[in-house]
Amino acid sequence: MSGTFVGMPAFPEAAREAVGDETLRGNLRHATHTIRDKRARAVAELDDWAALREAGKRIKDHTLRHLDRYLVQVEEAVTAAGGTVHWAADADEANEIVARLVKETGESEVVKVKSMATQEIALNEALQAQGIRAYETDLAELIVQLGKDRPSHILVPAIHRNRGEIRDIFRSEMSEWGRPAPEDLTDTPAELAEAARLHLREKFLRAKVGISGANFVVAETGTLVVVESEGNGRMCLTLPETLISVVGIEKIVPRWQDLEVFLQTLPRSSTAERMNPYTSMWTGTGGGRNGEGDGPRTFHLVLLDNGRTDTLADEVGRQALRCIRCSACLNVCPVYERAGGHAYGSVYPGPIGAILSPQLRGTESEIDASLPYASSLCGACYEVCPVAIDIPEVLVHLRERVVQGGPAVRNGNRVVLKPAGGHAAERAAMRAAQWAFTHPGALRTGQRLASRTRRLHPRTLPGPGRAWSGSRDLPAVPAEPFRDWWQRTRGGRDGAK
Amino acid sequence: MRVALFLTCVNDTLYPDTGRAVVKLLTRLGVDVDFPMAQTCCGQAHYNTGYRHEAEPLARRFADVFAGYDAIVTPSGSCGAMVRELYPRMGERARAEGRGDGLAATLAPVVPKTYELTEFLVDVLGVTDVGAYYPHTVTYHPTCHGLRSLGLGDRPRRLLEAVKGLELVELPGAEECCGFGGTFAVKNSDVSAAMGADKVRNAQSTGAEVLCAADNSCLMHIGGTMARLRTGMRPVHIAEILASTQEAVTA
Amino acid sequence: MSSRERILGRVRRALADVPDDARPYEETIVRGYLREHGQRSAARTVDLLAENLADYRAIVHRCADGQLPELLARLLTAHGSRSVVVPPGLPSRWLGAVDAPLVQDLAASTAAELDEVDSVVTGCAVAVAETGTIVLDGSPDQGRRRITLVPDHHVCVVRVPDQVVSSVPRALERLDPKRPLTWISGPSATSDIELDRVEGVHGPRTLEVVLLGGS
Repeated sequence: MSGTFVGMPAFPEAAREAVGDETLRGNLRHATHTIRDKRARAVAELDDWAALREAGKRIKDHTLRHLDRYLVQVEEAVTAAGGTVHWAADADEANEIVARLVKETGESEVVKVKSMATQEIALNEALQAQGIRAYETDLAELIVQLGKDRPSHILVPAIHRNRGEIRDIFRSEMSEWGRPAPEDLTDTPAELAEAARLHLREKFLRAKVGISGANFVVAETGTLVVVESEGNGRMCLTLPETLISVVGIEKIVPRWQDLEVFLQTLPRSSTAERMNPYTSMWTGTGGGRNGEGDGPRTFHLVLLDNGRTDTLADEVGRQALRCIRCSACLNVCPVYERAGGHAYGSVYPGPIGAILSPQLRGTESEIDASLPYASSLCGACYEVCPVAIDIPEVLVHLRERVVQGGPAVRNGNRVVLKPAGGHAAERAAMRAAQWAFTHPGALRTGQRLASRTRRLHPRTLPGPGRAWSGSRDLPAVPAEPFRDWWQRTRGGRDGAK
Repeated sequence: MRVALFLTCVNDTLYPDTGRAVVKLLTRLGVDVDFPMAQTCCGQAHYNTGYRHEAEPLARRFADVFAGYDAIVTPSGSCGAMVRELYPRMGERARAEGRGDGLAATLAPVVPKTYELTEFLVDVLGVTDVGAYYPHTVTYHPTCHGLRSLGLGDRPRRLLEAVKGLELVELPGAEECCGFGGTFAVKNSDVSAAMGADKVRNAQSTGAEVLCAADNSCLMHIGGTMARLRTGMRPVHIAEILASTQEAVTA
Repeated sequence: MSSRERILGRVRRALADVPDDARPYEETIVRGYLREHGQRSAARTVDLLAENLADYRAIVHRCADGQLPELLARLLTAHGSRSVVVPPGLPSRWLGAVDAPLVQDLAASTAAELDEVDSVVTGCAVAVAETGTIVLDGSPDQGRRRITLVPDHHVCVVRVPDQVVSSVPRALERLDPKRPLTWISGPSATSDIELDRVEGVHGPRTLEVVLLGGS
């Protein structure tokens, strides 16, 4: 796979390209608008939605507050149920663990369930470097993998592709990886799904090792939950002899009963369904061991930190760890709709990505420092979030971190970040404005100057001003500011208008 | 009741007509409104761009200037939201930074007294028919902070529906952001412009003469886009529509 | 230091600013939501299950106890099934009228062998009316998870009204987390092409649900 996010340009430059791509704009617009309306209907069916949202928020906050305790409880429960638990502080360590576990089985290929955690750590690339081929089995992930592309959406990584493009990719690339696409493949979604079914079935039937993530891990029972639609998840979770699940440490919920909240909010927020077609729940090797032969005989759980504890250390930013990866925020985001997922330079695009990536990875790189600004702060994301993450609040908080620096935690160490470069002029302007606004006399002088010279003002600006006037006329400056009129007429009471 | 107009720095400098309209409207409704000359800016642009500490003196100043009033009325959803939603947060953050309760205590009194104009009309004065006359076809764009932070709901619509001569037409995709977003408009100008163009296209599709909103910052962006795209539509602040009467159509 | 200790230490340090929260879980998690949505008779709940199953393209049949063998035989014939895999504990009279060969699922059976089978008939653990979901828990009348996955045609028998609950919370109350569980809502589907739902990917493309009850 050549798809990689390394060395991404800052968001505005990446977005500029996307905004100019008519096909991409059309694909994104069609897909996001379709799902938006459906989600609204699915959510409106439940008159206790607000209470479910509040409960989900509290469950996650409580878990995060006692995460050390719940992590240990997960370890105990999974171990007691026949599983083996591994701890990975970062991506490299998680990749090494998984590669070692695969090699110990003697296999050189694995089938994968769509998983954000393994995308985040670039597991496929790491396995390939060790001679292990990882087959993505989710339809959209397959499209991305075959197209040597990058994911652009949390739920539907190939959302930037329309049916015609998908058909072309299947026709030209499937034969490289296994069973070729039918010669006469058309672009009807049913035929495309059928082609994927045939292509992947041979891989499922021979696979000895499956790799997954998990949507939830129940601490009290050690149960993992994978929510999916196609059945590829069930294939990977039940047919192989060995199952390796890589799970972010924030995926824990304390109790079995907690699932009753998320199994109602996740499907409706995500695919706008009352319930997704398939949900698998398993506890250790229960089923696989006891002579029943139901599912893998060996189960490994890899608990992944990779920046999560750093995020947990930020009192404003930690709410991002409540995220259940539903992608409702992407689907309603007007910026995502126009910029597309790739512009966010991360496997986590959209509003949640704009607050997650700069926390998981830090704000040092150009792309990560630009992500907190990739929002008009319209608040649509917060409104739809099923765990009530106040994304605008975290965005503004991270902007502060970018321009002012300050204390943060990186790789478990307390550091004091320097203000990011490239904001000097803005900082000076903000301070000048602050000075003027605390010295109304100076402000008034400036206003009057602007009014007196108004006939000389152009409607467009050169240089950096083009950022505004490239697409918008400047407002005309009035003959006098309001405060002069007020003073002159005492609010019109003196009769003058 | 002592009522103060918090006009906002943008309106003071660029849109004095909106300020005059608010004064005219409130005066017509029997409210004796004052404009404290010491007012400047709520600090929103600073805060939302990441300069929270620079915004603090402006917030303190706001609290000081408006301390003596019973109600503070502002014709801006986003500046209203700054005071109501973000001033308490600034206080909390200062406390979390170990700077004590001082800022929170200073800002707390003005928070519940601050009303966006349509809230003040509907909730405090209890009117929806303000006796306005405006013989135009109008489409209404609910701006994001008014819609989501303040929860203005259908107040602006109810006010507009009661205006004589006014034909209100539905704006497709009304609740989608226009793309202004303060410094977003220049930091991400391509995406902002694309959002603005889509908003204007939707507005044009209604056949309305006027796009109305309760926030001139958004209207500056939408209006600038309308002018550039030569649509012939006009952006008008809701205060100017509500201030219009049979005798004097102000906008 | 092991990564386990490193991560647990980071978690504890990350939370150093948070005031001690000694409140137990029960007090923190306010469950202000409903146990089920709306009140219905048992019969209406079964009707809702049928509606929601059908809404997600499951094919729903109703039959009385005595008619089940005949119905199952008819469904399998209509589907053109040449072989049917059977979980070990399925009541034997259910498939008494079926002509197609019955395949017993053995622990040693391979996935490839299963791929040759056309249909599977199972019972279920519980069904959820509000979401149109059936849940399998690997009990003897449901068998291993793979037998309801690899064949392209799944016929699931739900005893009504006993096995039907209104809601997701009610379903979880009935289920044992130690068992491998599969929640099924309609046939296999995907939203991966233009975010629009298409039925039929890797799991069974035809799901038929028999609501069995009454005489």
